[in-house]
Amino acid sequence: MPYWDEEAPTFDSLPGRIVAFGRELRAAGLPIALDQAQSLAHGLTHIDPLSRRQFYWAARALLVYRHEDLALFDQLFERFWGFQGETGQRAPRKAPRAPRHRPPGAGRRRSRLVLASMMGVPGASQDPEKEVADRSRTYSPAEALQRKDFARMSDEEREAARRLLSRIDWDLSRRQSRRRIPDRRRGQIDLRKILRQASRQDGKIIALPRRRRKIKPRPLVLIADVSGSMELYARLLLQFFHVVSLSSPQVESFVFATRLTRITGALRLRHPDQALREVAEEVFDFAGGTRIGQCLSRFNRRWARRVLRRGAVVLLASDGCDRGDPQLLKCEVQRLKRSCHRLIWLNPRLGQASYEPLAEGMATALPLVDDFLPVHNLRSLQDLAEHLENLPRARTRRSAHPQENEIAAP
Amino acid sequence: MGSNTPGGPMSGSIEETRKALDEQGYLADEALATCLFLALRMQRPLFLEGEPGVGKTELAKVVAKVLETRLIRLQCYEGLDVNQAVYEWDYPRQLLEIQARQAESDRGESGVADLFSEDFLLKRPLLQAIEASHEKSPVLLIDELDRADEEFESYLLELLADFQVTIPELGTLEAVHKPVVFLTSNRTREIHDALKRRCVYHWIEYPSYEKELAIIRRKVPDLEEHVSRQAVAFIQKVRQQDLYKLPGVAETLDWAEALCQLSLRNLDASAVDSTLGFFLKHQDDIEQLRGSSGEILQSLETG
Repeated sequence: MPYWDEEAPTFDSLPGRIVAFGRELRAAGLPIALDQAQSLAHGLTHIDPLSRRQFYWAARALLVYRHEDLALFDQLFERFWGFQGETGQRAPRKAPRAPRHRPPGAGRRRSRLVLASMMGVPGASQDPEKEVADRSRTYSPAEALQRKDFARMSDEEREAARRLLSRIDWDLSRRQSRRRIPDRRRGQIDLRKILRQASRQDGKIIALPRRRRKIKPRPLVLIADVSGSMELYARLLLQFFHVVSLSSPQVESFVFATRLTRITGALRLRHPDQALREVAEEVFDFAGGTRIGQCLSRFNRRWARRVLRRGAVVLLASDGCDRGDPQLLKCEVQRLKRSCHRLIWLNPRLGQASYEPLAEGMATALPLVDDFLPVHNLRSLQDLAEHLENLPRARTRRSAHPQENEIAAP
Repeated sequence: MGSNTPGGPMSGSIEETRKALDEQGYLADEALATCLFLALRMQRPLFLEGEPGVGKTELAKVVAKVLETRLIRLQCYEGLDVNQAVYEWDYPRQLLEIQARQAESDRGESGVADLFSEDFLLKRPLLQAIEASHEKSPVLLIDELDRADEEFESYLLELLADFQVTIPELGTLEAVHKPVVFLTSNRTREIHDALKRRCVYHWIEYPSYEKELAIIRRKVPDLEEHVSRQAVAFIQKVRQQDLYKLPGVAETLDWAEALCQLSLRNLDASAVDSTLGFFLKHQDDIEQLRGSSGEILQSLETG
């Protein structure tokens, strides 16, 4: 709960204090524009400036405009105005900060650790170099790289793969929006234009201009499993996410192992290393155990309504090695499928010729997803890009209540 | 208050604002009253966010009542464009008119100019708001802005800045008394910061037990006091559950109404189970709660 008491803020120079407060908020990462501080000053002329409560609510309403910033604002407000006239019973707190503005040193130890584990390729150095040589007889080196499993790549190859990755053209599947644009042949007849023309031509209708629905790319939601069993793929998957994020503003990204973290913001940073560093700072459970069901449940409850709008396509990358309750997983995958246009499950293990979806989680989810595709090398990502571009307009057929009743009565 | 501030009975103080809302049956807390008061005094839009069913739309309706003015509502949806939001010419009528005139007289040159007069203009909500502003400020409710697409948002930004609309054929129409604007969003997507920054922003929380009980007492006065207490406490508990869609105040009211019709004396598990559909709107949520409603009731009694 916000702090206030009925004492007045010091009154020596209120405008000065407001400017200083605005600066404090900005320093903590709240986006406060100049005109907002002004409008607060303006707003104060309408309320009783001696009432701390009124002052608090006014400041909150005029300076903050995002729900997620409210808690931080409350803390900063208390810190900045709360000390006035206090005898210091409360120890000064460390300045709270918006997540993006953590000082560069903070959390570095952990992130280095995490990055190391993300990049760690235990098998890579012992991996027989011969294999590459072997393949180079049949394929060009570039093609060998295309087909090399991400898990077996050396650091240099990873870097090369990353560069190639950024060249793949991510032209996302499209959908009809409800907005209309002029078109010569297709669509509804455009009465507005007809009349314009007719009024110039003595009321005679000469042509029938039309307007058709505008086509827009579908929103894309990326969810990656970064648990221990996916460790070798996590880094390239994130790089893949990063490239896709930059290609369109309508991409949302999440990662999970034991808990779900939204990393959309971090992946908006242009530079790949910077973006991945930011992700490492935000995600606490890299290489942890897996609870797909729980994490999807979290996604369905907390995020689905916000990010799965307008016919979104969901890419879920996981090997399906789940330690949670398979019943829950089934339920949540079903729910996810019902709320998006298409659910595509990407499994790096599918690239291995001998792979069969035996892991309990995978076996549960497999019959429910729309597509089941490999992501183990560059080639598979290219195929994925093509697949996304050519997704059918219509949803795959789903019955209204498929196996729901079975679930309800286990 | 002067005629150029639209506050009417609400422009005196925050407390007056709260009381005026209260008289119309809307229970506002101090935070909301302060925001509304400031929005009226500073003539800025009030941007309301919050979970569905916490009374965002209702507030605009009540304010229109208090100010004894017209409520003009623009419900947003994807693809909403200027033709549906501001104005459109009545093309079929215009075409008919042209042809009728031609048939009527062969003067050769028929006047087209008056085809673009107000008679042929279809006024949509935003233009209506400007027109209605000639007498006194109307209340303009732009509902569920998150459903409209970004293109519309930028148009709105422009309109809210100076409240004028230019129709090439007619000229520029300008609001005389600035409308009182409410914007609501359910956050299915983020609204652009540029727009929100120009508004007074308020996030409406789910009400506390006391406040929700007061709302029920006010709106469903015939419900047995004991049952209202039980029902509100139950809903408050339900909101702590892990559900797909938590019940809002609107759902509580529906439920209370239903319980009232059943003229219950005491809320038991079977009564709850048979009326779950009034406040839970997802099959999965209903399934989840059906088993545990007895437990929750029990915990209410002990706690």
